[in-house]
Amino acid sequence: MRRLLEHIWGRKPFDGGVVLDMHKDGAQVPITDCPLPEVLIHPLKQHIGETCKPLVAVGDHVLRGQNIARSQGYVSAPVHAGTSGTVVRIEEHPVPHPSGLGMLCIFIEADGEDRRQPLGVMMTNWLQRDPAQLRERIRAAGITGLGGAGFPTFIKLLRDQRHPVNTVILNGIECEPWLTHDQRLMTERSDDIVHGLAILMHMTGADHGVIAIEDNKPEAIAAMQDAIHSWQCECEHIASTSVRLEVLPTRYPQGSEKQLIQAITGKEVPAGKLPLHVGVLCQNISSTLAIYRAITAAEPLTERVVTVSGQGMPAPANLRVRLGTPIRYVLAHCGLDQLDGMQIIHGGPMMGERLKHPEAPVVKSTTGLLLIPDDTLYAEHQPEEPCIRCGHCGDACPIRLVPNLMADLIRDQQFEQAEGYQLFDCIECGCCSYVCPSHIPLVHYFRYGKGQLAQLRQERAFAEASRQRSEQRMARLEQEKAAKAARRQKARARSKVATRTADKQQEPPA
Amino acid sequence: MMIHLSPPHHHGGDSIRANMLAVILALMPATACAVWLYGWLAVWQILTCISVCMLGEWAALRLMRRPSRLHDGSAALTGLLLALVLPAAVPWWMTVFGALFAILLGKQVYGGLGYNPFNPALSARVVLLISFPLAMTSWLIPATGSGGLDVYNAAQTLHFFFAGTLPPGLSLDGITAATPLGYTKTDALQGISIPDSLATHHYSYIDAFIGSEGGSLGETSALALLLGGIYLIARGVIRWHIPLSYLLTVALLASLSNALAPAHYAPPLFHLLAGGLMLCAFYMATDPVSSPVTARGQIVFGAGCGLITWVIRQWGGYPEGAMFAVLLMNCTVPLIDHYCRPRVYGYERRP
Repeated sequence: MRRLLEHIWGRKPFDGGVVLDMHKDGAQVPITDCPLPEVLIHPLKQHIGETCKPLVAVGDHVLRGQNIARSQGYVSAPVHAGTSGTVVRIEEHPVPHPSGLGMLCIFIEADGEDRRQPLGVMMTNWLQRDPAQLRERIRAAGITGLGGAGFPTFIKLLRDQRHPVNTVILNGIECEPWLTHDQRLMTERSDDIVHGLAILMHMTGADHGVIAIEDNKPEAIAAMQDAIHSWQCECEHIASTSVRLEVLPTRYPQGSEKQLIQAITGKEVPAGKLPLHVGVLCQNISSTLAIYRAITAAEPLTERVVTVSGQGMPAPANLRVRLGTPIRYVLAHCGLDQLDGMQIIHGGPMMGERLKHPEAPVVKSTTGLLLIPDDTLYAEHQPEEPCIRCGHCGDACPIRLVPNLMADLIRDQQFEQAEGYQLFDCIECGCCSYVCPSHIPLVHYFRYGKGQLAQLRQERAFAEASRQRSEQRMARLEQEKAAKAARRQKARARSKVATRTADKQQEPPA
Repeated sequence: MMIHLSPPHHHGGDSIRANMLAVILALMPATACAVWLYGWLAVWQILTCISVCMLGEWAALRLMRRPSRLHDGSAALTGLLLALVLPAAVPWWMTVFGALFAILLGKQVYGGLGYNPFNPALSARVVLLISFPLAMTSWLIPATGSGGLDVYNAAQTLHFFFAGTLPPGLSLDGITAATPLGYTKTDALQGISIPDSLATHHYSYIDAFIGSEGGSLGETSALALLLGGIYLIARGVIRWHIPLSYLLTVALLASLSNALAPAHYAPPLFHLLAGGLMLCAFYMATDPVSSPVTARGQIVFGAGCGLITWVIRQWGGYPEGAMFAVLLMNCTVPLIDHYCRPRVYGYERRP
């Protein structure tokens, strides 16, 4: 069967990419719990989309899992209280975001009891449930893509008659160096993950389930293989579906959705379209577990596993952290009180952002916290040198862009030209910057170019709107003028007639 | 210094210096070959070229008040490349002129490293060839040949290089000989067919492969150049696209024409081993700054180089056309880059 599928799909890896030093120091470290802090900080936006609206006021008592901020608009995910306690403040606070700007956050002072409020009934009989009902549960649980992107998960689970999903891919690639949380989850909770996959297959109606893992995670591979085997024995009656493990060679950025789909199915997601359009649903391991918990245990998303590692971290850890825990608290728990001379990276080293405020809380998209001593952070020490056009950036680009030409155009402020080179298709994986012998911060250029283009578009839309307004005004004035002229003419004609008659009347006395 | 906060926070460790040093290392077999064939004369030429290039770079950057870039090795590489494409017998001042031209007018006037549209070493060589055609086409008989200068005698070569004086009893004509490309061309003008011409000059493929024929310092040994070229491709410093499409185009054109008229057109292997083709294909055409960046563009570029090389060799006024071919194709690089971009992920067609 597997060989047949491979024959049908073909097995092509993705283009470009780089082989990195993986530093998976935490691979053998079991997941442990991070203790609960005194105050949890819940930002109102931890996803891609609209900011949520608070449902609680200062002084309210909340339970763990209680919905404290409601989603606004379609692309949004609600926020739940991380523990039971009292809402003490609702105010601006630093959050993990590249801009370093703050955001409105709900502060909950823990009462120490950690009492839960379930989302509803536990749907252990999910196979009998309507997919729409399960989807609503996932939406209400506030689950987002936990791989770092933070896209609300329920949106990807919409059943579309025109684009049936035939393959669900669980993304266990974890191609960023240092991060090990998904690897640990696959090792420790493989059965739950396979059940999560089964739920996703039931919801989408997919026939094939693939769990993709890179070959540098032998323990996770073994655990998942066992779990798939026992699940298959358990569910022999569901004959039409198949679940298999796909072990892929280690290569960055294989964990990127588009590249993973290409590696597994050989298909490319058309530009501007979703994986749905090639019949694929891709889900992160942590998200799948959260889905499993939300459905079978009625638990909303209030915790996640975070890898704490990096060169500045003597003992790496995989911690189950309550969302909203201040990052400084997590690091202190790992024995790092002194953060001077250290940079904290929120996420992986390739796509993560430098954290400006350690007071910021752990959010849904916090995959890892890496501590890198300042003197080993390369950007500080390598000045940008002239491009020698070696083309290594283009070789490494998984999207097949020509990064050096785009950077030239952006440097010359020719943003629209750069857009013609498909600037907006750049996934900012960082491969080009990583291989550049001249240390050119290409991703930085591309972000700048994208930002400038967005601004340009906005300005253009504004100019267009004001042009239309002024044209309308001119037309109106013209109309009014014409109407006035017509009125005047009419009045003149009337007065002429009046004078004539008046003249006539005046005639007799003369 | 620009401090950028964008990811990635990680770097692969590649550097301009590493790339330049790799090319210099790859040129070591050819350099060794030059020293074997032309002894001390090769040493003087190479040292002069490299030191003048580095001096020129240092002075130019200092004049422009820019930070020194000598550490990246690009000036040294230009110097070495220029030396390897010079005939052994050119006098010192010509070498100095060429080296200064390469760095100042071939590179720095355009904005320095990364901005030169033409290969600096090749443009200097062409300027020398056009300015001093006689000296640039006098090919010293290598040490393996009979008669000529004792190139392993340091004092004798120093005198020759700096003062132009030859030991008594020797004349410039006596110590130089034509290259295979040269004598086949002049013989063809006199109506002698290619096979006859090769036979009278005792041409041997083995000699041409090992390099014991006459020619520029480092261009004669196809073996040494191939070794270095393969090393560069294996290390990922250059891609195979340009050399392969360049050599294949020449080979294809030569095979076709040779099959049609063997008397007038030399066989493919002769073309591949002759003149500066190997050196240009692996080290000049692949100069990253002046060649296309996309794989497809590099194939087009290599094929163009091959076509022009063969056409000049066949019908041009000069016996060798490789350097002209590369320089002419250098002009087309922006155009090639624009039209040879690969198909972007998720799009049906190429841009």
